[in-house]
Amino acid sequence: MNADWLPALILLLPLAGALLSVPRQDFAPYVSLVAALGTLALSIVAALWVTANGTLHGGPIFALDPLGALYLLPVSFVYCTSSLYAIGYLWARRQEQRENESPPRYRQYFPLMNVFALVILAVPLLANLALMWIAIELTTVFSAFLVAYEDRAEALEAAWKYVALTSMGAMIALLGVLLLYYATHAAGTPPTWAGLLAAAPRIPGPLLLLAFVLWLIGFGAKAGLVPMHTWLPDAHSQAPASVCAVLSGVETSAALYMILRLFPILASNPQIHDPAAWYLVLGLITVGSAAFLLLQVHDFKRMFAYSTIEHMGIILTACGLGAAAHESGTVYQLFAHGFTKSLCFFAAGLAGIVFGTQEIAKVRGLISRAPLVGWALVLGTLAIAGAPPFALFLSEFEILRSGYGSGQYLATGLLTLFIALAFIALTYQSTRIAFGKPEDTVRGPAIRLPRSSLLALIIAFVPVFLFGFYLPPPLTHLVQEAAHMLELTK
Amino acid sequence: MQVSSVAFHLDGSIAALFIVLGLGSMVARQMYASLRFFMWQAIALTLSALVLAASLQAINLLWVAIITFVTKVIAVPLVLRWAAGAEVYGRREVDQVIGIPTTVLAAAMLALLGWFAVAPTLPLLQGVPFAPLNLPTGLIMVLWGAFTVAIRRESVAQLMGLLLMENGAFFGSIAIVHNLTVIAEIAAAVDVPIVALVIGLLIRNIRRVTGSTRVSELDRLHER
Repeated sequence: MNADWLPALILLLPLAGALLSVPRQDFAPYVSLVAALGTLALSIVAALWVTANGTLHGGPIFALDPLGALYLLPVSFVYCTSSLYAIGYLWARRQEQRENESPPRYRQYFPLMNVFALVILAVPLLANLALMWIAIELTTVFSAFLVAYEDRAEALEAAWKYVALTSMGAMIALLGVLLLYYATHAAGTPPTWAGLLAAAPRIPGPLLLLAFVLWLIGFGAKAGLVPMHTWLPDAHSQAPASVCAVLSGVETSAALYMILRLFPILASNPQIHDPAAWYLVLGLITVGSAAFLLLQVHDFKRMFAYSTIEHMGIILTACGLGAAAHESGTVYQLFAHGFTKSLCFFAAGLAGIVFGTQEIAKVRGLISRAPLVGWALVLGTLAIAGAPPFALFLSEFEILRSGYGSGQYLATGLLTLFIALAFIALTYQSTRIAFGKPEDTVRGPAIRLPRSSLLALIIAFVPVFLFGFYLPPPLTHLVQEAAHMLELTK
Repeated sequence: MQVSSVAFHLDGSIAALFIVLGLGSMVARQMYASLRFFMWQAIALTLSALVLAASLQAINLLWVAIITFVTKVIAVPLVLRWAAGAEVYGRREVDQVIGIPTTVLAAAMLALLGWFAVAPTLPLLQGVPFAPLNLPTGLIMVLWGAFTVAIRRESVAQLMGLLLMENGAFFGSIAIVHNLTVIAEIAAAVDVPIVALVIGLLIRNIRRVTGSTRVSELDRLHER
């Protein structure tokens, strides 16, 4: 079957969604939802094609390999659930904030969200390194006003920090991208992942190392790696929950995806000694810092933002632990993080509507006020913390098992400690929110939660739960193939 | 590849000019002066691309020169005038965390750092005769731009730092990559004004909501 047209069509749907949602504000949510559903269906078809036939080439511009396909699935799923969630959620927020002087940017939301999804989807679909960098850069550009959606001083502050720090990172990464572009040209290979991998043994070590360091700092700022993470909690505390789900679930991992893909290239170069150490050290610093920050958090959306930083660190550490950790560890964690984090932010957004605040100290008894949201928050937190029987338990258990199995006791021991700390902090805070006696200071009981958002919450829970104990055979094969792409060594 | 010594001298002079103009933009005390230094630096970048295009007979670099001139010398100032005109053209003073002497000293140290970071790679860059000039200059400008963002308290002045970083990245890259595909060149050309537009609009909104573009006053978000 010829599927050359699939990558272009996957990108055309959100583009159409953006264009069609500009003129009619009342139709915009539904147009976006249809575009997102179409994108999800086509992404599944593309992933199945890649599973059966290997890399999917769409002319000279597109190439989708197993690792790209595995990342494409959570992106399109979260785009879809976020579009559904936003229908009722934004309306409810709008009602809540009618009295505000500066009303939220409702009219701009759906066109921007569709274009934002388009550029994230483009990252795994594009073949050319320079175009991938442009796609990553544009994710910041198109999401800046989504972060500043509520048009308050705090939201603008968060958006400014986000734009300033990640744009600085993008400029640093650009030099790294272009050094690698030169390396492929000098080796006579195309500037693609495959071309870079073929050229890797012949790239001069110092050149590759300089490119990698620029790449790590640049994309690391976008992925929220410590110490470039400072924008992330601010942006997530201010953006609407439907935006946070995309930002945290799949946008940060787009930058991490770029860093991960450089691992086999470094490992194939005979002059680079122990590239895993870079991933291990930066990963552990990130997980450790996030775990300690989680202990002193006071805002439940910031709590999930720190948890994202923790997860980026876990994925990077898993990559550093080596081949045994890749299969059910690195790539599965990247895959499952998107679904799970979107569930957490969907629950947190509705909890914000129930209580009218995000202050952990002021909210109690969510389960008695809104049982579905309360249980979603508890289960989502358990899932993101790595508890069984959820998807992330599998990957975190596998990472630790393979780390101890390969004799890396110090690194794995530290990782275990940090994961345990984060687990305690997350579950402690979420149980405080969900259980206990509601305080008088919070909003009264007459809250009717939007049905579309509740439905999105239920849909988001399905893969978080299902993939904890069952993976369809094509998906298992895709995970194995994706992991194999990180395993190439000298 | 044989390249005439005239081209080397010319590109060397342009690199020196590029550095001086970057330093000018860093230490300028007025927003508009900082923007003018950036525009002149973009012209230096255009000239370097033209010299390299002629010396290496690389037609793609001719496109890079045209795109750079149109986007950075014409489009970016227009976009900034539209989005944040009062801030840029209103003879506003630049507010910095540190003074000019300290800025110059830090710039010198960053220049040394940039040079030492890139020096080991220069002998390895085969067939790219202008890399020893352009690559360190570009990396130094990226570091200076990042430093400019870090020390300035105003959003518009910070934007100048981001634009300096972009100029630096392109100045370094034209020497090592002169075979970008047309689609990547067009995308890069569109990217620069879009970034300037979005950041300009964000600045306009910050001024509308807070009454100022001083990002140092935006400090409500932090962990307690």
